[in-house]
Amino acid sequence: MNAFLAMGGYAAYVWPAYAVFFAVLLADAIAPRLRRGRILRELRARLARQTARQQRGAAPP
Amino acid sequence: MANWIPLWVHKLGSPPLFYRFAGAARPWLLALAVLAAAGGLYGGLVLAPSDYQQGDAYRIIFIHVPSAWMSLFIYGVMAVASFVALVWRVKLAEVVAMESAPVGAAFTFITLVTGSLWGKPMWGTWWTWDARLTSELVLLFLYLGVIGLYHAFEDRRQGARAAAFLALIGIVNVPIVHFSVNWWNTLHQGSTVRILGPSKMAPSMLWPLLTMMAATKLYYLASLCSRVRADLLALEGGKDWVRKIAEAEGSR
Repeated sequence: MNAFLAMGGYAAYVWPAYAVFFAVLLADAIAPRLRRGRILRELRARLARQTARQQRGAAPP
Repeated sequence: MANWIPLWVHKLGSPPLFYRFAGAARPWLLALAVLAAAGGLYGGLVLAPSDYQQGDAYRIIFIHVPSAWMSLFIYGVMAVASFVALVWRVKLAEVVAMESAPVGAAFTFITLVTGSLWGKPMWGTWWTWDARLTSELVLLFLYLGVIGLYHAFEDRRQGARAAAFLALIGIVNVPIVHFSVNWWNTLHQGSTVRILGPSKMAPSMLWPLLTMMAATKLYYLASLCSRVRADLLALEGGKDWVRKIAEAEGSR
């Protein structure tokens, strides 16, 4: 196992390369999920404002 | 469009249908990508022997080369989708082109960083301004230019058309990246894997490389599905089908 982690003395180059690969792709996978949630939240807020405005218009105080 | 194109292609071009299709396909694509990556990395990091010249440093190849292939492949997809978007004004083609750009930029960035980490022990330098490295850096700037131009417009569809035009012009860089190792004297090695004719690589190293290539392709498709879904929701925000999704998720 130690020999595997040492990568024949090139551990300082091999493992950072793999870390970058996985870190960048993980960020790429998470970003659209967060964006989708944000888009739907904003849309719900807009719809709520719209219905509130319509109710005010239908039954003036 | 011409009527030799089957009906399901037209149907799949409709945003609500594609949204559902991409949502169903994404988990499978992602699972296959993870499986292929697990197999490929086990083969590449554990099973494959070390190189007689480069020792274990060559193992960076299993992420560097598939990422480099993806950086060119995604640019090709983006250019074809841009062409379709500009000529036939297909909304889905615009979305596919614009949402391919961030994934392509990610793979290009990975290619440059892993190449740099490989270059330091093998060439003795992190970076050199030779043809392959410089043209790959230009590729990254092209991706960033497309992303930036897309977001510079108030109207997203107008931005998509301007960025699609830039993507089409930038396609000249793709053959330059690919053939740079043949056209110029460069520090970078030539191609070892060839589609036509035998590859100059041992089978024990070749199969993990090809498996990683499949994994990165599958990952790109999965990421594209999830990005296109988010973008379609934003573009079609006023439509009924998006409203239904927003309400359904809000009540959960």
